[in-house]
Amino acid sequence: MTAQELSWLALWGATALYAIAMVASAVHLARVADARVAAKKQADGAVTSEGDSATASAGSTSTVTSTGTVTVNDRARGIARATTLIGAILQGVGVVARGIESGHVPWSTMYEYTITGTWVAVVVFLIVQRKRDVSYLAPGVTGFATIALGLGLTVLYAQSTGLQPALQSFWLVIHVSIAIIATGIFTVGAVATVLQLFRDYRDSDTQWLQRWKWLEATPPADKLEALAFRLHAVGFVLWTFTVMAGAVWAEHAWGRYWGWDPKEVWSFVIWVIYAAYLHARTTQGWAGRRSAYLALIGFVALIMNFTVVNLVFQGLHSYAGV
Amino acid sequence: MARLKIDNYAYREVPRLGVSGWLRWTWRQVTSMRVALILLILLALAAIPGSVLPQWPQNAGDTQAFIDANPFWGPLLDATGFLDVFGSAWFTAIYLLLFASLIGCIVPRIGVYWRELHEPVAEAPSRLDRYEPQDFPAPEGARVAIASIGSVLTPDTWSWQKSQTPTSAATEAEAASEDDAQRSGRKWSRPRWWSWLVDYRVRVDERPRRTDDAKRELALSAHKGHIRELGNLLFHVSLIGILLAVAAGSLLTYRGQALIVEGDSFTNAVVAYDSYESGALFDENQLDPWILSLDEFDATFSADGTPQNFTAHGTLIEPGFVGREVEAEVNRPIQVDGAKIYLQGNGYAPRFTVTDSNGEVAFEGAVPFLPQDTVYTSTGVLKVPDVSEGEQLGFKATLLPTEVMAETGPISGHPQLTNPVIYLQAYTGDLGLDSGVPQNVYQLDESQLSPVRGDNGDPLLVRMEMGDTITLPDGLGTVTWESTPRFAAFDLRRDPSLPWLLAASIGSLIGLSMSLFGARRRLWFVAPLNPGAGQKTTVVTAAAWAPAHDQGVREERDRIIEAALGRPTSEAPSPEES
Ligand code: HEM
Repeated sequence: MTAQELSWLALWGATALYAIAMVASAVHLARVADARVAAKKQADGAVTSEGDSATASAGSTSTVTSTGTVTVNDRARGIARATTLIGAILQGVGVVARGIESGHVPWSTMYEYTITGTWVAVVVFLIVQRKRDVSYLAPGVTGFATIALGLGLTVLYAQSTGLQPALQSFWLVIHVSIAIIATGIFTVGAVATVLQLFRDYRDSDTQWLQRWKWLEATPPADKLEALAFRLHAVGFVLWTFTVMAGAVWAEHAWGRYWGWDPKEVWSFVIWVIYAAYLHARTTQGWAGRRSAYLALIGFVALIMNFTVVNLVFQGLHSYAGV
Repeated sequence: MARLKIDNYAYREVPRLGVSGWLRWTWRQVTSMRVALILLILLALAAIPGSVLPQWPQNAGDTQAFIDANPFWGPLLDATGFLDVFGSAWFTAIYLLLFASLIGCIVPRIGVYWRELHEPVAEAPSRLDRYEPQDFPAPEGARVAIASIGSVLTPDTWSWQKSQTPTSAATEAEAASEDDAQRSGRKWSRPRWWSWLVDYRVRVDERPRRTDDAKRELALSAHKGHIRELGNLLFHVSLIGILLAVAAGSLLTYRGQALIVEGDSFTNAVVAYDSYESGALFDENQLDPWILSLDEFDATFSADGTPQNFTAHGTLIEPGFVGREVEAEVNRPIQVDGAKIYLQGNGYAPRFTVTDSNGEVAFEGAVPFLPQDTVYTSTGVLKVPDVSEGEQLGFKATLLPTEVMAETGPISGHPQLTNPVIYLQAYTGDLGLDSGVPQNVYQLDESQLSPVRGDNGDPLLVRMEMGDTITLPDGLGTVTWESTPRFAAFDLRRDPSLPWLLAASIGSLIGLSMSLFGARRRLWFVAPLNPGAGQKTTVVTAAAWAPAHDQGVREERDRIIEAALGRPTSEAPSPEES
């Protein structure tokens, strides 16, 4: 088997596993939500223990800890965790094999950027999961990874080529790898922010969200906000570094550190939006929902930078493109 | 939920400035934060057209074409600055306002920070209920408990501050016992300023209990968080530094472009550049007259024509020095006299000899051809004004480095010179060089030229191979293609602001990290000195506060208790982790 075939197979395998993980973690989330609703009712004295056991299906155990949180240990959770982990390992193999196949770091085309970036997002999620129970993020992260990887493999796939002289630089490794890590972290942050908004609107009695019972499985909005902030803070520092390293690289390669090339414009726009988000968090009237929207706008800009800007706008960076 | 929190920097609980002063201060903070936020959002929005519409500084040709193609929108957008967004009045206004707001915000905050540094740690609040307090048994009594908590918090510099009443100045007394020093067992002690920045600062009060004036308690208050605010200030000040460095750079920089053919050399002087521009404060007399000659240009391509490596080998002679060998690659400029010489492009410069109708040499030299595509199909023109007799000669030529036959005709198959061929068209007439208007060396002004025609009356198109000499009809002369050296295009730039820019950028990055990752935490431990009747052991009440995103503070509180008093026997609820 060649490195190319290995990479291809491993990545498709990872995509399939993430799809399974997405379904399993969604099922798990629904169960946690049920158990929480039941626990709440039980605490209200409305439901007997018989009613409770109906919500926990075969093979699952749910426990209510003294602080009132509910953990559900069902098979779906196990499946979700295992498939995500194996998927991440497979994807790691796929990314490394692609690097071996092309003979350089695997992030010089949109395809490579996609496979590496989603991998980082999943790894970031796994790291956060080691420290605390964030299974409520799992459907979002694995869902995103499935779609992004699937699109990457079907739409963006490109044969590996050698690197153009302008891309042969230590700064390519630094600049782009940090950009990818930042993107991965922002992705997980965006998932947390979306949940925060849903949860927030649900808690403030927004009608259509009342039907989404699975939101009970997430922590309250302010806890989600705190998690999202930490992720965004790390992402922002890395993005700041990305922009600076990009300027150093541009200075070396093109003789100017900043030229308002479309890619540079968008990196700047992203940076400013996330800076606005960090400000908004501590500005009266903007903390909470409005700052969350800014974070999501930042994420949209990040995706734009990587898709529309690469494909549509002409610039010095475009040779790194498709 | 603490969602509607006032600006973090207004956290001080005791309004020392008085209520109205405090309100004014808060109001100013809040409003200016809001203004700053709106300006930031505007800045992001305003930058976007700069990536969507063609821009004069980036691509003048496209911009002109855009204006020509859109007779209504083109001139309108041009007049309103949308075709030069980053130089437009409105973009400039936004960022200057932002920086004005930044300075207006940062200066008072530096003052506040400075005063805060010299203030003692605030006393522990008299009620801890708001901070989810937790009780821990202290078998050896309040004093021992508080002292050992203090030494855990600040193992090196534990000092005992006591104040009888909350407002009186704290009196200091060293209480670091031999025991404590041995227990902590540290040899290396951190510099004072460092531990003062990152460690807890501690204060202990002996004060009446809130519930019962007759009884007394010990209250330990520990704060840290200077590093956070310091980082925030450093970050914002560095942003101003970046702006200043960029501004200084644009005044002091110069930039020029020069093209050197293999075997030729270039002397650094304004007139020698193909294009040259400099900032308002740059003095052209500062140009150091060094000489760069291009000895050889290496270009390697893969079999499919993808470029793999470009290296320019040259010799650089600086005044007063012997020449030294230099190399420029795409990502590795040559450094000279505070400037950098970047390798920007390359191509072929075929060398021709042209003789006129008298058989005299009218032109001899290499002519740079501009590559038009990735296989280096290159075009160039040859202007021969100095004919000894008759009309001037001009030539338009296309070079195919590796000629192959396609259905559409001959094309180049590879960028290397494997089968080089030139297609040449000749013109006679007036080249227009005497009109005084500077001409583009890569274009032939055909207005006063007529093509040389062949026997059949059609304009002549001659195919040459390297080394060929062709004879023009009607005794006009001959053209010989001697050889095909390469040329390298260099971009030269000096920007003395770069080190400053780098320093400011690194400063902002450090400041940002300090500010975002530095902890701001408050811990309080309160123990009654004479426990009430019925209470056998002393109980330490511990509480903590940190910003919402910092969930580790409660754990730290418990860790400190455990280190000072041993594992608490009371049942602490298990943490939520799985
Ligand atoms: C050039 C414009 C500005 C940029 C790019 C910018 C960027 C940032 C960023 C990224 C942060 C979060 C990191 C940190 O806490 O240090 C921040 C925080 C902050 N900025 Fe700015 N800022 C700008 C202007 C201003 C202005 C004009 C003010 C004054 C109103 C201001 C006040 C603050 C404050 C008080 C914080 C702390 C908020 C917190 O604790 O999270 N900034 N700024």
